[in-house]
Amino acid sequence: VNLTVNGVEREVDSPALQSLLHVLREELGITSPKAGCQQGGCGACTVLVDGEPRRSCLIPVGAVDGASITTVEGLGTPERLSPVQAAFHEHYGAQCGFCTPGFLLATHALIERSPGADRAAIEDALAGHACRCTGYVKILEAVEAAVGGAS
Amino acid sequence: VALRDVNVVVPTSAGEALAAFGDGEGVTVVAGGTIVLPELVAGRLRPERALLLGRAGLDRITRAKGRVTIGAATPVSALEDGDEPLATAARHVGDLEVRAQATVGGNLCAEASADAPRGDLQAALIVLGAEVRSAGGGGERTEPVEQFLSGDVRRRLVLDVSYEDVPRHAAYAASWRPHAHHYTILAVAAARQDGELRVAATGVAPRAVRLTAVERSGDPADALTGLEPRDDAVASAWYRTRVLPKLVARALEGVA
Repeated sequence: VNLTVNGVEREVDSPALQSLLHVLREELGITSPKAGCQQGGCGACTVLVDGEPRRSCLIPVGAVDGASITTVEGLGTPERLSPVQAAFHEHYGAQCGFCTPGFLLATHALIERSPGADRAAIEDALAGHACRCTGYVKILEAVEAAVGGAS
Repeated sequence: VALRDVNVVVPTSAGEALAAFGDGEGVTVVAGGTIVLPELVAGRLRPERALLLGRAGLDRITRAKGRVTIGAATPVSALEDGDEPLATAARHVGDLEVRAQATVGGNLCAEASADAPRGDLQAALIVLGAEVRSAGGGGERTEPVEQFLSGDVRRRLVLDVSYEDVPRHAAYAASWRPHAHHYTILAVAAARQDGELRVAATGVAPRAVRLTAVERSGDPADALTGLEPRDDAVASAWYRTRVLPKLVARALEGVA
């Protein structure tokens, strides 16, 4: 199985049925996707597969042979945050940080898909992401700012 | 058996998928993976062979000869703007990412567990009078959804589901679902076509059931006839017993 992860081609040795999450974290050492519930319910493992947000814990790596994967490591750098990362930073959208990678990637995909998303569309798009610190007010403010900045 | 030792097949056509599935003995079909992948990774499920269905070309929706045909590997999200009550049922599945990954065939075959109700599309497909085309031991066959669900679903490879492309009144009433709660507890689908009423519920039994007593009487008080709602991790039988007639009443209003 071959993947392009954050623009770099990687050959994967894990079994085809291994989850993309496990491959990213344990084989490729990319640790921003988090192993939360590992059954699709929390959103912390979300990555972009060919630009679309997906639960990496639910995808067998053999099903995405040849795909392009984007994680937070591919969004920005500490010196040069992506606009979405900057909005989360500015609006205190991260607390403990465990859910943040999933929220960031889902927000990136939302802005690509619907640049003028209103509050209801934002809530619908992020409904699968749980913040156990319950920092939703700040997260939604950050997302609204990011959506506004992009439109 | 180690995960590495499972024979993984990635068919690139329906024909290859049929050949690899055979009579289904020892085979696990992985379409979207939303239900089976956690089972595989955790080691609770170790088949001899796994079929990754995503590239078999079974993901199309077609309208032809008076029927709507939905390929088994069509993502649930592709139904969200389509015919009711299937569209509303689809919007109640999981969340945005899960709906884009989960498939119609997987949802059709899903069985509720002690942890969660599953198979939100089943009730909607039942009231649409949908038929399932599947393959397995004894070859290919097409049968009504209820008949398909009452058989040994694990030994069938779903190819597509189809229903008549005609105007109908349809409604879908579901229990309210809080954020970060992944499953719809209980839902009722209803459709009225050429004067015939069909009503079905999901969340009361391992798979969706047709509420024939309600279809005959039109009375929500008959909702529980022949049914014994179950407890699971998200709701009690007590709760389901009280809510089901109310959802039936709302669904019936929607097709009045």
